[in-house]
Amino acid sequence: MVSVLATAQTFTLDGIAARPVRVEVDVHRGLPAFSVVGLPDAAVREARERVRSALTNCGFEFPLRRIVANLAPASLRKAGPGMDLAIAAALLVASGQLDLGSLPRLALVGELALDGSVRPVPGVLAIAEAARERGTATMVVPAENGPEAALAGEIGVICLERLDQLSALAGGRWAPERPEPMPLALGAAAGGPDLADLRGQRHLRYALEVAAAGGHSLLMVGPPGAGKSLAASRLPSILPPLAANEALEVARIASACGRLDEARVGGRPFRAPHHTVSPAGLVGGGNPPGPGEATLAHRGVLFLDELCEFRRDTLEALRAPLESGWVAIARAGSWRQLPCRFMLVAAANPCPCGRGEADPECNCAPLAIRRYQARLSGALADRIDLLAAIRQPGAAEIGGPPGEASAAVRKRVSAARERQERRLGPGRCNAEMGPDEVRECALEEAAAALLAEAYARRRLSGRAHDRVLRLAQTVADLADSEKIGREQMAQALQLRRRDRE
Amino acid sequence: MSEPSACPDCLRRSRLLAHLAPYVEKVATGAPGSRSPELLRLSNEDLAEAVAPKIAAQVLSQIAALPESRLATDLLAARCWACCRHDPRFPVGLHDAADAPWALIGRGDPALLERLEPEATVTIVGARRASAYGREVARELGRDLTAAGLLVTSGLAFGIDACAHRGALDTGTTVAVLGCGADIAYPASHRSLWRRICEQGLVLSELPPGTGAWRWTFPARNRIMAALAGMTVVVEAAQRSGSLITADLAADLGRDLGAVPGPVNSRGSAGTNDLLAGGACLVRDAQDVLDAMLGPGVRRAERSGPELEPALLAVLSAVERGEQTCDAIAAELDLSGAEAASALATLEALGYVSCSLVGVYSRTLLAAPGV
Repeated sequence: MVSVLATAQTFTLDGIAARPVRVEVDVHRGLPAFSVVGLPDAAVREARERVRSALTNCGFEFPLRRIVANLAPASLRKAGPGMDLAIAAALLVASGQLDLGSLPRLALVGELALDGSVRPVPGVLAIAEAARERGTATMVVPAENGPEAALAGEIGVICLERLDQLSALAGGRWAPERPEPMPLALGAAAGGPDLADLRGQRHLRYALEVAAAGGHSLLMVGPPGAGKSLAASRLPSILPPLAANEALEVARIASACGRLDEARVGGRPFRAPHHTVSPAGLVGGGNPPGPGEATLAHRGVLFLDELCEFRRDTLEALRAPLESGWVAIARAGSWRQLPCRFMLVAAANPCPCGRGEADPECNCAPLAIRRYQARLSGALADRIDLLAAIRQPGAAEIGGPPGEASAAVRKRVSAARERQERRLGPGRCNAEMGPDEVRECALEEAAAALLAEAYARRRLSGRAHDRVLRLAQTVADLADSEKIGREQMAQALQLRRRDRE
Repeated sequence: MSEPSACPDCLRRSRLLAHLAPYVEKVATGAPGSRSPELLRLSNEDLAEAVAPKIAAQVLSQIAALPESRLATDLLAARCWACCRHDPRFPVGLHDAADAPWALIGRGDPALLERLEPEATVTIVGARRASAYGREVARELGRDLTAAGLLVTSGLAFGIDACAHRGALDTGTTVAVLGCGADIAYPASHRSLWRRICEQGLVLSELPPGTGAWRWTFPARNRIMAALAGMTVVVEAAQRSGSLITADLAADLGRDLGAVPGPVNSRGSAGTNDLLAGGACLVRDAQDVLDAMLGPGVRRAERSGPELEPALLAVLSAVERGEQTCDAIAAELDLSGAEAASALATLEALGYVSCSLVGVYSRTLLAAPGV
């Protein structure tokens, strides 16, 4: 026999989606060599060394012949070490050391260690789901990724600890049980950050509650150290728990980025990128395109501390994703869409020195303050609904009793969200209301009069008018009221982010 | 009421100014604060000869040859109208000035021309780089003086001018005098304000539509503002500020001059404080302006707002004590965040407080009844 061909099915991660890859291994006569073709990246090319060592250390023989491994489709860029296992399996089949005929429609992912043990890889959840959709019957995954792969539902999952277990599996001598699916945290775990830590700050607490109830974006302005970051990090704990399908979306993204441990504890994600982040780091990018902070914050909270310090182009990049809930990344020859439906929370100082114009210690020139605050009405800031002005809490408040706990606030928020879903449809909230839906908000006469007066006095622009209506609807939902009352409209007017004239 | 009218000669004069604008620029802008209006006293022939001797004859004959119909259609095309010094509706104040414009080109409501009497008109000017204090005072003055029945004019510039206009538009109407054609919004970022004034008030210029702004046209515009009003109030000005040119011109015409005091250690208010030291009328609020113009106590500035419930009064006095954020007020008065928010929004709607871009509340000049 001149040459023997064997194939194995595996997957590669592309952004957060898995793409099928067929590994073809050809073993034929010639000078001993091992080459990997089909657009492999460095990690895939290095599979040669790992496979060679793993095979010999597991008691298999590494054939001293000419070996070519082809990764099809050849046009797709393959990344990461997840294809080691499939290459090794195909090589074993091609060299006659393994017969996988008893396991039809099999797919394998996993990284090999030199001693033949199988290491976990990122993105197994997405890979298992893609495999299920392609009709794969059994998925062989690293033992540590087993519970994650089991989340994918109707697909056999085999956890492999060592490469040599493959021959026991193929020979029918070993039939492991399907692992239990990993439990996903829907809400925040007890003992995590709690809103009770925020002492005093009544208005900020109220603004957080309204923001959480309607899914509105929030801007906090106040001096450094007043509790802006603390408040933002507590926001996920007052958001309603994730629905099962939402939790799966979060887990899929976290898994692709190798952060599943966080998702297992956290419930809704909380991401706080530093202000030096690049546009690609924030919304995703690179080649091949990978997810950014916005996608990692999907179904959770994206916190931009020091909003005025972010680069303008970085914030610009966030604009369209914020409205559509998707990031579209186009590269030469590829186009990806990554989900990013998050709540935006931003924090800023009132002036360059941080103390605020009215503080006698503030030495900022009026022009410098205007220039600084001008950034608060930039393209991104225009999409922010709520403004909370924060001040340094007084000594009595800081030393006072803890505030209301997250669980109690979350109860009210969840009730308000339920009202919204009844009105707007499942999974939707007031912040997403389109112009037509905003017109359908039911107002009491006094509330309509108050809004009309603010608009007539030019304190509101057309866009701000709709923003206030959305906010007022949320305030009314929190108060469990059918119509927006005068009081609720007044609160919405106070809470709205201010525009520059 | 019929449209105001302008005779062809006066319209030709404005065309001549537009035509000679680049030449006037060369002659007039030597020293800072130079008095270009002096040139504008000259007759057509002398002016042309003074600024552009080489082409004077040619320009004069060109202007003289402009047909009447062309003058009228150009105005119509820019949606403007004109009023010349021979029309009875021409603002009487302008007749006092030797260098008064021959014609005013207007855009907006011509009926306002009748109200442009010096006794009932006040000009508010000040720095373009104004502080928050100056902007707030300008806005309040504009609002309260307009509410008291006066007509507020200003120059649509950045800072004080724009705030005075905005304040005036809050309670009524206003007149903007431009240093370019009345159909041009200058500065361009004030386009929306310019449009509002065109709709709700009046925009005036001595230059024909389409003329751009030159450095000399601003002091020239200032002389019109000074002559239109019985009193010129400088809200905030540094030394050697352009607003002081307007103040000088007003004083030369024998008009009242007022200035708003500023912090003595602020360079931005040095000009106004100098004016006060030199005998200008002290302006703290609209009442001071009314007293100076109409005599003490003749007319009260409508200063007090509607009645307030005790709860709102408590919030208002918290703002007066210097509590700036909704949070501080809630903590001070032991209100919930929602209650404090609703009270502040109500007070803002009534005009008692104003809120900055960063959510800092401050008290306006509007007095509460019974306090």
